[in-house]
Amino acid sequence: MKKLMLGNEAIARGAYEAGVNVASSYPGTPSTEITEFVAKYDEIYSEWAPNEKVAVEVASGAAIAGGRALSAMKHVGLNVAADPLFTMSYIGVNGGLVLCVADDPGMHSSQNEQDSRNYAIAAKLPMLEPADSGECRDFMKAAYDISEQFDTPVLMRLTTRVAHSQSEVELFPRQEVPVKAYKKDVAKNVMVPANARPKHVIVEKRMADLVAFNNTSALNKLEMNDTKVGIITAGIAYQYAREACPSASFLKLGMIHPLPEQLIRDFVSKVDVCYVIEELDPVLERQIKAMGLAVRGKEEFTLLGEYSASMIREKLCGSTSEASYSVDETIPVRPPVMCPGCSHRGVFYVLNKLKLAVSGDIGCYSLGCAKPLDSIDSIICMGASISGLHGMEKAQGREFAKKSVAVLGDSTFLHSGITGLIDMVYNKGTSTVIILDNSITGMTGHQNNPANGFTIKGEPAKQVDLEKLCHAVGVDLVTVADPFDVENFEKVVKEHLAAEEPSVIIAQRPCALLKIAGYTGCCEITSDCKNCKMCMRLGCPAISMTENGPKIDATLCNGCGLCTNVCKFGAIVQK
Amino acid sequence: MNIMIVGVGGQGTLLASRILGAAALRAGKQVKLSEVHGMSQRGGSVVTYVKYGDRVASPVIEQGEADMIIAFEELEAYRSLPYLKKGGVMIVNTQKTNPMPVITGAMEYPADILETMKEKGVNVVACDALALAKEAGNIKSVNVALIGVMAKNSPLSKEIWEGALEDAVPAKFLEVNQKAFALGYNH
Ligand SMILES: Cc1ncc(C[n+]2csc(CCOP(=O)(O)OP(=O)(O)O)c2C)c(N)n1
Repeated sequence: MKKLMLGNEAIARGAYEAGVNVASSYPGTPSTEITEFVAKYDEIYSEWAPNEKVAVEVASGAAIAGGRALSAMKHVGLNVAADPLFTMSYIGVNGGLVLCVADDPGMHSSQNEQDSRNYAIAAKLPMLEPADSGECRDFMKAAYDISEQFDTPVLMRLTTRVAHSQSEVELFPRQEVPVKAYKKDVAKNVMVPANARPKHVIVEKRMADLVAFNNTSALNKLEMNDTKVGIITAGIAYQYAREACPSASFLKLGMIHPLPEQLIRDFVSKVDVCYVIEELDPVLERQIKAMGLAVRGKEEFTLLGEYSASMIREKLCGSTSEASYSVDETIPVRPPVMCPGCSHRGVFYVLNKLKLAVSGDIGCYSLGCAKPLDSIDSIICMGASISGLHGMEKAQGREFAKKSVAVLGDSTFLHSGITGLIDMVYNKGTSTVIILDNSITGMTGHQNNPANGFTIKGEPAKQVDLEKLCHAVGVDLVTVADPFDVENFEKVVKEHLAAEEPSVIIAQRPCALLKIAGYTGCCEITSDCKNCKMCMRLGCPAISMTENGPKIDATLCNGCGLCTNVCKFGAIVQK
Repeated sequence: MNIMIVGVGGQGTLLASRILGAAALRAGKQVKLSEVHGMSQRGGSVVTYVKYGDRVASPVIEQGEADMIIAFEELEAYRSLPYLKKGGVMIVNTQKTNPMPVITGAMEYPADILETMKEKGVNVVACDALALAKEAGNIKSVNVALIGVMAKNSPLSKEIWEGALEDAVPAKFLEVNQKAFALGYNH
């Protein structure tokens, strides 16, 4: 049977067919759906972990214990999981271990454009890269075989256009792979220096064995056409290049690390000019040039963003394609915005009003940096809001702590904010942290997390009590407040800023897209409106300025009522 | 055949692309669909590409390559115009949603978008899909009403489209959506 599937769904399908037993992940675009689809297979135990390091450790433990295991993450997630990654390379596996990492060239939804292929080199691990959904499924099955044959974790690299494109996949039944027996093996699994030294020798030998394997692997495809131009490529770049130059000869790599040196040498010798076409870093190119081969790559092609067929055509054939119709005026952009009814809006309305310095974090609330709310001063990575603010206080002095706050979501707080909070308390910081508890991991499309008390399958679980957790690490001043009661929320923020101690405000209100938010109807502006434009400061997409003053779009408004709380004239009513 | 679906995050463009994909599969073609998830779903511009043919390599449609564009919103139709092939069809839902620069008053929503496009010689098929969806009995079927309009303009047979609806739409919403499709098709 054939089915149209997202790359991510096909990865999950491949894991299912390969007999995977355990999957543990933390969400992150464009990798999230892998684990969401895995969770639909009851044969696989699946979970959301609080962060990628934990997820990869859970998968590692499952593999050491003899199960086939999976973890999927976005590129920056692999930074968080890098610690177990590098040492699992030494330990190897018992049951197969595959770690999927999704890069985001073009930064559709990411804070940087890092190329995770560099990790395969640094951690000395095999890496596969599929170019469509069919290969996603096939490569997953191959990856588990490679993992067990060579006693190594395997990295599966995706990019946004493979992860989020659909193409046909042939479905096969699941291969049941019994969980292997648990074996105590200290030399293999206990990475102290005495055991790790001999292991490093094995890792280097494994790399050489993998090169030999890759030279004849069916994962790589040779397409010999016209030999004037040869192209070495992989993943989505292959699709663009194939569309741009169908008559060229191709060496399409499926296993992109370690490289199949002999195969590459043979290919280069058969073509007149050889290009290496890869998005982002010259990872293949650098290694191929180090083999002493004359290839061209980043001399022609950019290090930045996504490639396209027309861009490759232009470089290789000099032909340019032109738009047939043009738009001859500057038209307004449509950036993402906080949804109508978003629980974060009340918080940023208050922060903007108080003109505070805000150490931000990553989540839907990152949109608080946009006008008119315009109240985030810095965003680094998940969890950095608290630790970053603590550093600011230490650099600027205690007075700074009286006019600055950190903001981060519930999922982000548990991911890596909690350690920053411990640091702040332990090292006598006095800053104020606002946890935006909307009962969900919102940004990545609504995943449950330990703070909302539901598992990946929607089953009830123990819920982390954020208030008690903050108390437990030594924060004495913790206040739970509703961010839509803006008057009280402002009062609470001022109290916390004034306090000479570290403090936490838990801004509690469910995400507007959750049923428990319970919003119905819509709001309406009455004739009492004095056109003071206070409601326009909310940046609500449902409220627009017209010639006759602000107006609420009934098809967008969900009746959350925040605007009725900020109107000083009582001119907005809920219907 | 290259079809683009453009709209505002949250408008149900994903179901529309799934129906298109199912139709192309029924027609025995190779299909690729490319969607944008994540950040851009929060009320930002969203674009989906559907490509089918005997062999499709890149899942992405580039400027000047779209045979048809289905726009769920007027400004998004206008924004996508450079992607339309000369002689291609622009199907537009006559609905306007203000983007943030318009809401804050920094910019104005362009006036007379449909007229401007027609003046450029674009084959514009305008349709109040919200009205059709209401008539069908569920305002959420705007997307399927638009698929109906596009089906009428496509080379695939009506039977293929009807089959694709059954493939892609959950059974409990099928009837409403069949109605919406028919209203769009006969628009
Ligand atoms: C290391 C890392 N992992 C994953 C992500 C993807 N990501 C961005 S925000 C976010 C979670 C946001 O959830 P929460 O903090 O609860 O805020 P919300 O979006 O619900 O407001 C995730 C998983 C990331 N940017 N970095």
